[in-house]
Amino acid sequence: MAIVDIEGVRKVYHRDSQEITVLDGINLRVPEGEFVALMGPSGSGKTTLLNLIAGIDRPTSGRVMVAGTDLSLLSEGALASWRSHNVGFIFQFYNLIPVLTAVENVELPLLLVRMSKAQRRERALTALRVVGLADRALHYPRQLSGGQEQRVAIARAIVTDPKVLVADEPTGDLDARSAQEILELMETLNKQFRKTIVMVTHDPRAAERAHVQRHLDKGVLTA
Amino acid sequence: MALPLTYNIRSLVVRWKVTLLAIFGIGCVVTVFVVLLAMLAGFRLALRSTGSPDNAIAVQRGSGSELTSFFSGEAADIIAADARVARAAGDGAPLVSREIVIIANLPRRVDGAPTNVTIRGVSPLAFQVRRGLRIVKGRTFKPGLNEVIVGQRIGERVRGLDIGARLSVQKRDWEVVGHFQADGSSFESEIWGDLDVMAPAFQRTGGQNSMTVRLADPATLKAFDETVQADPRFQIRLVQEQQYYEDQAGPVAGSLLALAGFVALVMGTGAIFGAMNTMYAIVAARTREIGTLRALGFSRLSILTAFVVESLFLGLAGGVLGCLLSFAANGYTTATGQTSSFSELAFAFKITPANVTAGILFALAMGFLGGLLPAWRAARLMITSALREA
Ligand SMILES: Nc1ncnc2c1ncn2[C@@H]1O[C@H](COP(=O)(O)OP(=O)(O)OP(=O)(O)O)[C@@H](O)[C@H]1O
Ligand SMILES: [Mg+2]
Repeated sequence: MAIVDIEGVRKVYHRDSQEITVLDGINLRVPEGEFVALMGPSGSGKTTLLNLIAGIDRPTSGRVMVAGTDLSLLSEGALASWRSHNVGFIFQFYNLIPVLTAVENVELPLLLVRMSKAQRRERALTALRVVGLADRALHYPRQLSGGQEQRVAIARAIVTDPKVLVADEPTGDLDARSAQEILELMETLNKQFRKTIVMVTHDPRAAERAHVQRHLDKGVLTA
Repeated sequence: MALPLTYNIRSLVVRWKVTLLAIFGIGCVVTVFVVLLAMLAGFRLALRSTGSPDNAIAVQRGSGSELTSFFSGEAADIIAADARVARAAGDGAPLVSREIVIIANLPRRVDGAPTNVTIRGVSPLAFQVRRGLRIVKGRTFKPGLNEVIVGQRIGERVRGLDIGARLSVQKRDWEVVGHFQADGSSFESEIWGDLDVMAPAFQRTGGQNSMTVRLADPATLKAFDETVQADPRFQIRLVQEQQYYEDQAGPVAGSLLALAGFVALVMGTGAIFGAMNTMYAIVAARTREIGTLRALGFSRLSILTAFVVESLFLGLAGGVLGCLLSFAANGYTTATGQTSSFSELAFAFKITPANVTAGILFALAMGFLGGLLPAWRAARLMITSALREA
């Protein structure tokens, strides 16, 4: 069974009196354990599609099933709770909370889970170890390089052990070397930890890491 | 479920330049508010400590103050003869003090501007009837002489009241022979002399403005008052002495309270808008952060709570600042026109724990009200557009 199962999804924005169709009849199935790269020109709807999969946006019509749940059936609150258990987010600009240390950032999603303080710290440190930054646990984001920040963000994405990771241009703001390291880390997460990854990227070298490349153009999957 | 408090505190500290103005705004309002309440507390204290629990004061019915009260010497004799009045140890004379009260215009020490000072002519037994009076400098006045003693507070505030000075009131000279304290009561804002000398000098013969009576048993006051009020020969009532002086605070206390309320409303509204502005700026600057937290699974309610809490901290910081600033005024002595007797009453600001609590609660209320709308906006943000923000 596919962990992501999207059927006939349309997303339409209304700007002034104009209708803008951003996604136009998307059908997409991603089997569990897959590493998919979503490519396409700017404005083609990649981020919009990723947001639907991640449950932070809703389609105008069509069905989005992720990890066995029809997201359209969930209320706002239930959807938030669903996200905290099922999806890990990796952003282009890392989006770490600047006033929290690395380990506190990683702990954030665990605040939504019933767990003792010590357990939380332990889990967060384990996640930091996975990304190779255990020694930077007490550093603030501003004390880290871009690549290190993104690794902390990845630790935050995996700390609740979600089934699906969504990444929107995770290497878009990094130099080649750091990008390389991040991609290797994501490959590891996919291979060793069996995470299903949906990654939006412009970078062909990044896309090569994925098992499958899908192309989006003007709101339609072309390949 | 909730975000940790350290997150809010650190966020405020990091943006201290933005938050400082709001904290300062709330702080100023709290300072003024607490100082006004401290004035009120000090004022009440000065009046409440005036008089003794077992004394009663006889005044003309319908009079608002001693100044507007007057009754005959015969009436005073009848009341003094009542068995419920305590007697002096030696000769068994009733412990009463017939008193006249007049107002003199004297120059203030600071600027020489005239101010009203209460002058009280008292009976020789006044010092027995009224406990707590102490001569701190010089001596007391001698009966039959044009001598006065001066309450310590008014001595500090009015010119020409040093020992040995001559005070000219209504074309008569009075020599200042002593200074006295009276446990911080309003008597410390008065000048006292011999009734028998003052009455003719001030054309108040044939009676007195009031008579203070020591009761043998304070519990008999109510019955005593009923007897006095029922007597058709005069129009007098008996009031518990402390109660009488505290009631004099009524109009001034009321206007101080009204002023505190006005400050709270007008300045408070300004400070709330200041805090609101700051919180809107904070929310705008952290839009992407809010989007991230929501994506991670934090609910709208936890975002709303987080920003309200942050605004409460803003208020708390302002409240603490305001209370600290207001302590600069603690103990500072000032005076007010005591409206019901038109005379100057000196009193000290008194910051009580209740004042501080009120100030802090007020600050928290300002923080809460200022934070509510911005927090609401933060909670309502669309996740996808919040994540797009720079
Ligand atoms: N809230 C919105 N209101 C109106 N139009 C929107 C909104 N969000 C996105 N769009 C439009 O939808 C289209 C697709 O946006 P999307 O962000 O999905 O593109 P993208 O493929 O991720 O582009 P990029 O590679 O530049 O990130 C764009 O034309 C964009 O302007
Ligand atoms: Mg995009």
